[in-house]
Amino acid sequence: MINATLQLAQAGSGATFVQTLTKALALGSVYVLIALGFVIIFKATQVLNFAAGALSMAGAMFMTILISDGGFPLLPFDNPLAPAEGETASIAVFFVHVLIALALAAILGLVIERLTIRPMVGQPLFAMAVITLGIEIAIRPFNLDATALEGRRLGVPWGADSWVWGGAVVPKSYIVAMVIASIAGASVLFFFRTKLGVAMRAVAFDQEAAMAQGINVGRVFAIAWAMGTALAALGAIVYGMAPFPPGGSVSQEIHPLLALRVLPVIVLGGLDSVAGAIYGGLIIATAEVFAGQYLSQWNSTLGSGYSTIVPYLVMLFMLLVKPYGLFGTPEIRRV
Amino acid sequence: MLEIANLEVVYNEVILVLRGLSIQVPNGQIVALLGSNGAGKTTTARAITGLLDVHEGKTTKGSITWNGAEITEHLPAKIVESGISQVMEGRRIFAELTVDENLSCGAFTNRANMDANYDRVMEIFPRLKERHSAVAGYLSGGEQQMLAIARALMAEPKLLILDEPSLGLAPMLIEQIRDIIVDINKQGVSVLLIEQNAMMALSIADFGYVMESGKIVMDGPAQKLLNDEDVQEFYLGLHGDGGERKSFRDVKHYKRRKRWLS
Ligand SMILES: Nc1ncnc2c1ncn2[C@@H]1O[C@H](COP(=O)(O)OP(=O)(O)OP(=O)(O)O)[C@@H](O)[C@H]1O
Ligand SMILES: [Mg+2]
Repeated sequence: MINATLQLAQAGSGATFVQTLTKALALGSVYVLIALGFVIIFKATQVLNFAAGALSMAGAMFMTILISDGGFPLLPFDNPLAPAEGETASIAVFFVHVLIALALAAILGLVIERLTIRPMVGQPLFAMAVITLGIEIAIRPFNLDATALEGRRLGVPWGADSWVWGGAVVPKSYIVAMVIASIAGASVLFFFRTKLGVAMRAVAFDQEAAMAQGINVGRVFAIAWAMGTALAALGAIVYGMAPFPPGGSVSQEIHPLLALRVLPVIVLGGLDSVAGAIYGGLIIATAEVFAGQYLSQWNSTLGSGYSTIVPYLVMLFMLLVKPYGLFGTPEIRRV
Repeated sequence: MLEIANLEVVYNEVILVLRGLSIQVPNGQIVALLGSNGAGKTTTARAITGLLDVHEGKTTKGSITWNGAEITEHLPAKIVESGISQVMEGRRIFAELTVDENLSCGAFTNRANMDANYDRVMEIFPRLKERHSAVAGYLSGGEQQMLAIARALMAEPKLLILDEPSLGLAPMLIEQIRDIIVDINKQGVSVLLIEQNAMMALSIADFGYVMESGKIVMDGPAQKLLNDEDVQEFYLGLHGDGGERKSFRDVKHYKRRKRWLS
């Protein structure tokens, strides 16, 4: 789908490689962000969050509500935050909006935890997983209605601009994606060394023993859901930047991808491993993008969409050889 | 003073486990709570520290007061803050965390004095100081028990509840732990020592209770219990089936949460 950009530089094979690699790392950044959100929630609460797709997209929707073309129908049309029609936001305004959207996503995570997860503490984990599935189904229509048919712009300041390095065309959004994911990944790793992060790992390991230390398990759950939802939202926001989706906007097509593509990532990396989410995201994206680029001469035999199934093939292989993933804890409780 | 009066605890709404239990732990003392498997010792500890909820347990009668204030069914965090800490049965250290991180969890309710408490705890357990950055799951059994005690001390408790600290330890280590309990008590911490190893517990306790099926069946000054014929027969293993009991305890130790390194 990003072939348009890539074909510009079919000239040198070195340039093609650089382009393919940056595309893989950029897509990997999106996967890493959403997978990190999933892993944090699973690690702290043992709940498989099947709502990750809808929640991440809802986060991106918050952003478009603030900034997109015309603003949200419920807000006055002269929404001071929204740039005038056809204009893009300045970089500073854009990132302020990203932060606001993340805050709103975090609040959404808190509300969901409080209303649907907390009352279920102590119930079978399977029941909790089904509840998240229900959340996914409940939120999805809001996302899809709000995006309408043509999608909603995020007002990305650099639009679809690219840098050209020695013949390789690298979209600015790709670099931004990598920078954002690196910052988020480092922050998560740092968080797990802080007082609260250590407490979260303690809760993950032995809930009752953590309670006996005076750790407030409910608060840890709430923080995990807030962080997990915000990270998923960040993933969707990054994925809404051109040229990830064809139109460079939050649209209906990206939802299924967000919802389903992280599955192979977390299965590969391990459900409860931060390092697994990072490596898993990068490996899956690399496999997917490189297969799309370098096996394209077999398009006629394989079908043009074959690269999108590569992640699932990797996942199946992983399930066969190492069911708990590259970095996961072997004894994950069965759900 | 901790005072438990006529406590009744029910699991799953039907299983009556404590049937009118009454014990007292005066400030500054070591009080031993003895009893065989299933007597309800751990349940008593859970009731005091607010952990019954996790096990679908409830107090249906009676009260627990701590220095005059009612604490029955308070949240665990609140009870820790009020000065009661527990070293749970089976240690329950966070095996994936380092020694320092385990201690940080223990200090969760008491951040202000964390540095001072850390130094104090490391003085009591020099072995932990050497291994402070080690992952706790790699510590030996004795070191893990020390870590569990150290972690509880990080909250700066006024009352320390120890649930079978001698479980699964070699005799020499049991002696070491016993001496440490005495030291901690000398620093002004009251101790409720739950044990099946009656000899160890009574040798350092001021007062002792013997419980059976959820009730106290005998109590008295520790020295008096040590000399009591029944206690000698049933709890000091002088009647010859010590071997059998020992094997039971080994089994019990074996089935502990073994997620780490398994
Ligand atoms: N979560 C629970 N649900 C139902 N019954 C329980 C539960 N926990 C303990 N029991 C029962 O309560 C009784 C007392 O258990 P408890 O663990 O308090 O005994 P204990 O004196 O600590 O024994 P041990 O020396 O083996 O540790 C036992 O009969 C046990 O089967
Ligand atoms: Mg017990």
